[in-house]
Amino acid sequence: MTISSLIATPSELTDSSSSKTAIVLMTRIRLARNITGHSFPGWAKPAQREAVFQMCSAAVGATPQMKRSLTVAVADLSELERQILVERHLISRELSGAKAGAGVVISREQAFSVMLNEEDHLRVQVLRSGFSLKKAWNAINELDSALEDRLDFAFSPTLGYLTACPTNVGTAMRASAMMHLPALVISNQMEKIVRAVNQLGMVVRGLFGEGSDASGSIFQISNQTTLGESEEDIIKRLGSVLQSIVEHELNARAKLIEADAGKLFDKIGRAFGILQNSHLLSSSEAMNLLSLIRLGVDLGAFPDANRAITDRLLIEAQPGHLQHAQKGEFDPAQRDVLRATRLRSEFANFTRPDFTVHQPEKN
Amino acid sequence: MANPLKCDLCSKPATVHLTQIVNNKVHKVDLCEACAQAKGVTDPSGFSLADLLLKASLNPEPATPAGVKCERCGCTQNDFKKHGRFGCPTCYDTFRGVIEPMLESMHHGTAHAGKVPTRALERKSLHDRLTKLELDLTEAVKTERYEDAARTRDEINQVKQAVNHPGSS
Repeated sequence: MTISSLIATPSELTDSSSSKTAIVLMTRIRLARNITGHSFPGWAKPAQREAVFQMCSAAVGATPQMKRSLTVAVADLSELERQILVERHLISRELSGAKAGAGVVISREQAFSVMLNEEDHLRVQVLRSGFSLKKAWNAINELDSALEDRLDFAFSPTLGYLTACPTNVGTAMRASAMMHLPALVISNQMEKIVRAVNQLGMVVRGLFGEGSDASGSIFQISNQTTLGESEEDIIKRLGSVLQSIVEHELNARAKLIEADAGKLFDKIGRAFGILQNSHLLSSSEAMNLLSLIRLGVDLGAFPDANRAITDRLLIEAQPGHLQHAQKGEFDPAQRDVLRATRLRSEFANFTRPDFTVHQPEKN
Repeated sequence: MANPLKCDLCSKPATVHLTQIVNNKVHKVDLCEACAQAKGVTDPSGFSLADLLLKASLNPEPATPAGVKCERCGCTQNDFKKHGRFGCPTCYDTFRGVIEPMLESMHHGTAHAGKVPTRALERKSLHDRLTKLELDLTEAVKTERYEDAARTRDEINQVKQAVNHPGSS
């Protein structure tokens, strides 16, 4: 498999037509693993990094899950290709700027990716569309066990899996969900939610992780602690936090409609108008407009099938994907023109919003 | 916290005072405006408290005598302080005294309760055993204890079989 054929194939996230993904767009779990007797990537010398890269990429490629996968060194990727992989959540921003000896193995259907020599020797990740923490855990647990047969992981009976940063030691697991929370944002409740979630030992971040903004009302919620609890317990706790956030979002939607339905429908209608008619759209504005259309789908103003289109556009409106589709590199001002053109043509065939059945979707 | 008016990260005067409850424990962090901005504390959409606590707890007087250096990778306590990252897995033993209190404030508990790589550990213990038996064999042959040597050889064969067919023994 080559990088260009991978990019040409829709990812797990751009193809959400098969799953019902209303508020939780995507579930992700990653495990950090290191090889015993080797320095962590940040401390290792170039030759040591290279040796670990060779050993790990061979082991990862030999697992059944990674049959016909793509293995590529970061150094061999163009700037644009790196950006596309970041936008698809297949590699982190940190890896995209990594030193020599770093790379990634991506499974054929793009559900699994294993980053090599990021902060840890291996960052094993699974992506699933929708809310499916348990399935994601079963999938990644199997891949991890397959890797365990081929690699000697650094493990301590008392501290668990040993990681470069002590904040990850133990299970070395970060489970997260990407959630679309427009009503909580509109009704100014996000700050309160973030505080409550923090107190429960969970973290809220923007779409692309640490330090990224939350345009499009999309947030990542994940566990903060990794030591002292089993993977299943962490997932159970996170699952119940996520469930309660879903309920808060649904309540906020119901309240917005009850308090002033016209105001909410006006927002959605205007978003539709701008997407159909604008000639300049920044990435962040496009995200916010698409988020409102997605909310409109959830509220029954647009056909259900349009949710998948909106989810695909949320990724395709990102700078990397946009430039790739246009086969070139463009400066931000040119991109805003291209983005608006692209969205105008997508929304030309979209049915107009119909608010007569303004019943919130039962989730 | 020696002086609450100083930033935990850079010791400039602190203007941002953060109190947060994580796992029923109260955590206080004092920061200057620049560090608060840099760490995203002023941005409600999220910052990593664990990361902050880690950096802040690195400053107080060390529990391990200064100048301790990891024998395997050469990482010193200062290196750890600077990067917040260890050099290699062995550092967890080397700097045990430093990280134990940190882990307590950072995590849900201090003992691993999750997955154990059973097959890998079994494989390692078999390899260790094999190495030891091979030494025994050489020793036995050298000192002409042929009965011991024969028994050791049988054992080596058994262990080798277990290595080739994991899980069957």
